[in-house]
Amino acid sequence: MQATDISDPNYFHKVVDCQWACPAHTPVPEYIRRIAAGDYTGAYLINWKSNVFPGILGRTCDRPCEPACRRGRVEEEPVAICRLKRVAADYKNGVAAYMPKPPETKNGKRIACIGAGPASLTVARDLSPLGYDVVVFDGEAKAGGFMRSQIPKFRLPDSVIDEEVGFALSAGAVFHASRRIDSMKALLDEGYDAVFVGTGAPRGRDLDLPGRKEAAANIHIGIDWLSSVAFGHVEAIGRRVIVLGGGNTAMDCCRSSRRLGGEEVKVIVRSGFDEMKASPWEKEDAMHEGIPILNFMVPKTFEHENGRLTGMTFEKVRAEYDDKGRRRLVPTGEADEFVACDDVLVAVGQENAFPWIEADAGIAFDKWGMPVVDEKTFQSSRSNVFFGGDAAFGPKNIIWAVAHGHDAAVSIDAFCRGADVADRPPPLMNLISQKMGIHEWSYDNAIAVDERFKVPTLANDVALKDIRKEVELGFDLKLGYAEAQRCLNCDAQTVFEAKLCIECDACVDICPMDCITFTEDGDEADLRQRLSAPAENLEQAIYIGNGLKTGRIMAKDEDVCLHCGLCAERCPTGAWDMQKSLIEMTHAGHACRSRA
Amino acid sequence: MTYLAKPKFRHPDIEINELGFSHRDYEGSISTLCAGCGHDSISSAIMRACFELSLPPHRIAKLSGIGCSSKTPTYFLGQSHGFNSVHGRMPSVLTGANLANRELIYLGVSGDGDSASIGFGQFAHAIRRAVNMLYIVENNGVYGLTKGQFSATSDKGSKSKKGIDNPDSPIDLVSIAMQLGATFVARSFSGDKDQLVPLIKAGLEHQGAAFIDVISPCIAFNNHQGSTKSFDYVRAHNAELNTLDFITSQAPIGVDYPEGAAQDVRLHDGSTIRLRKLSADYDVHDRGAAMDHIYRLGRSGEIATGLIFIDDEPSDMHARLGTAKKPLNALADRDIVPGSAALAKINAGLR
Repeated sequence: MQATDISDPNYFHKVVDCQWACPAHTPVPEYIRRIAAGDYTGAYLINWKSNVFPGILGRTCDRPCEPACRRGRVEEEPVAICRLKRVAADYKNGVAAYMPKPPETKNGKRIACIGAGPASLTVARDLSPLGYDVVVFDGEAKAGGFMRSQIPKFRLPDSVIDEEVGFALSAGAVFHASRRIDSMKALLDEGYDAVFVGTGAPRGRDLDLPGRKEAAANIHIGIDWLSSVAFGHVEAIGRRVIVLGGGNTAMDCCRSSRRLGGEEVKVIVRSGFDEMKASPWEKEDAMHEGIPILNFMVPKTFEHENGRLTGMTFEKVRAEYDDKGRRRLVPTGEADEFVACDDVLVAVGQENAFPWIEADAGIAFDKWGMPVVDEKTFQSSRSNVFFGGDAAFGPKNIIWAVAHGHDAAVSIDAFCRGADVADRPPPLMNLISQKMGIHEWSYDNAIAVDERFKVPTLANDVALKDIRKEVELGFDLKLGYAEAQRCLNCDAQTVFEAKLCIECDACVDICPMDCITFTEDGDEADLRQRLSAPAENLEQAIYIGNGLKTGRIMAKDEDVCLHCGLCAERCPTGAWDMQKSLIEMTHAGHACRSRA
Repeated sequence: MTYLAKPKFRHPDIEINELGFSHRDYEGSISTLCAGCGHDSISSAIMRACFELSLPPHRIAKLSGIGCSSKTPTYFLGQSHGFNSVHGRMPSVLTGANLANRELIYLGVSGDGDSASIGFGQFAHAIRRAVNMLYIVENNGVYGLTKGQFSATSDKGSKSKKGIDNPDSPIDLVSIAMQLGATFVARSFSGDKDQLVPLIKAGLEHQGAAFIDVISPCIAFNNHQGSTKSFDYVRAHNAELNTLDFITSQAPIGVDYPEGAAQDVRLHDGSTIRLRKLSADYDVHDRGAAMDHIYRLGRSGEIATGLIFIDDEPSDMHARLGTAKKPLNALADRDIVPGSAALAKINAGLR
């Protein structure tokens, strides 16, 4: 095999599984080490640079990083990366001083962002310090978008949103409150150099079943109901509530219901419990609050009496899989089940809607009514209009919106300078030895078996009384430190220098995970079977070093490497070294326009 | 050397032997030897061999003397019996332990100083008495603990780290062991586990005096240009006589080799040593010819490695002395105190 090219930033980036999985590529181990060192402000700023909303995401993120976490491959549970972000946000001190100030000179370019959700705010944050005049329009009185209107306050208090939205706008972006844009053409006529559409996926899907019209008074669309709750327009719900749908919105609906008078709240899903879209921890939180989740029940009718909803009937189904693994829900033949209720919340999905973009605005839409948007540049078919967040590719979550915002800002910056939008700036990679002494590394490499710590929460009897009372208390400093110590420092890379190696086998012998093998060369499939331990995880690379005196190669399976550094400690010649790979994505801005 | 404890994590798909152990279960505490020490590789090979043979760790006794090599039993087989004896006296202690309990598997670990200098006589007598053991010498040709003086196995003309030639003749422990009647003799190299592990397995199973001389480069004091025990020198002058697989009686005999290329040595317990000859006319059963062959190779600066000699029908000390079949601690009172009638009989025989 070819020797591994470690100068390719993607090679070591992939080894840092959490950072690779994060849409915004937050340097996770780097900030977790800061938390362990008590530098919460530093940890916050590392996050803030990458993901803009550490306090918000530390409470609400969908955490694509955690299933990727290497700790989860060598132990039961990954590091609580998400909640450590909250630790940084909770205990930071005086970060406002580090926030960018409005630039003294402007570049004369005007950018409009439509919708004040995470995607638009990211564009505003990235562009306004560069001298752009950014204006953000939103129909609501306060910025934040769905972060403010959809996520219940017991999960995400307003104070956290206020602070971080404030930081995003601190470099001079102007927020136009309560101004809903109802004509794209009119806005374009205002002569902006570029327009960014970050309007989300604002329409909740309905369920058109018999009885829907008759019982309408007690049937609510989940996301609309949640925003009514968020803004205080709705303060109560019936005693018995059915929530339809298996996503995170359904979880927010049922938990909110429990706090507004719902005593018997049930979540009912068509498919199986395991196939629900909601994150496992959100399901756990709901069940912890006494909410049963009933599965394999397909809603059939809304039952009503004298114009009042009395309950719903469901057909019982089971899952069958054909030879291609496709699932089909087939009736079990059992009698339909009637579930009595006073209110139904329909949380079966969200849709995009762009009624305010005129057909002749020069923006092409596909047959599903979605804008035609380039996946890398976020540019629409009209060169000065960009899309991002849920508005671009349908409902995802906050961290994706942030990632889109960064990329769109890079594009807008390039577009406004007349540069090629398709020319993407490479990430910055630093690879620096962490050796400080014979047995000293600049990171804590004593790896121990340690179970994930639970985040303390309010007791149910207190939490369910007040919908604005934050239910999770967050890690305290001690728990935060303990959880931070579970991080394996996957960015402390094992870097191999073949010409220094004397093939003494010391690294092979000491490696606790049998990751390292010196063997005859071969093709990858063959090699993977010949290693000290077979390398079955094809997603993970084999690090190859060649140029050894015996003509063999060094093959290291990156899969379950603990980054404990014992190979480097045992190496008599320094052929192994632990080097920190710090990878930072390049955002819009002068410093990075030509980093390469 | 490292200050860190080795993490308890293990590979999720780690191989498990017949006893349900992984190779990690055969570890000891973490090594305090210099980084890259050949001895650590030998420890690793011993652990691997015991793992592959599915030996219960509590049935193994590891004994050693003094020196870098003699520290190593701390670093492997943490669940086994251990005895760290006086300098050069490991063979006597091992002989005594073996007399008292013949049922344990004895592993003597020593170095060139411990066995070729201060304990040379002890080494000779344990071999001569055919103590059932595997005696491993971790041979680096230098006194590492005292900063690099020549040892008794340093080759004549080999250079010290300071650049001085060794003026004295070396002791070749392999030749001595052959001469003294060892029934299993091998030489290997710490940097070649593919060869070393099967040799250790075969040596552990050998029912007589088994001896393996393992050349083990001292990274700190004897791995330089001009040394004849450096990684580079050994790799360049390694005259492999054969490579081998050790096949236990339970395991199926796998791959077939073309006739003449492989030689099966069947052992009395049903296991097999499968030799793949690299030196065509070499016969591992001919003690005299073997001694002659390795002498000639040595004279030309080559290092003969592999299985050098094996006696398929070894005898051991217990057979020669006609001792009790059971370990002393398992003998019942009536065996130990035969009674007055037996005493009278003995007395009568002496009158």
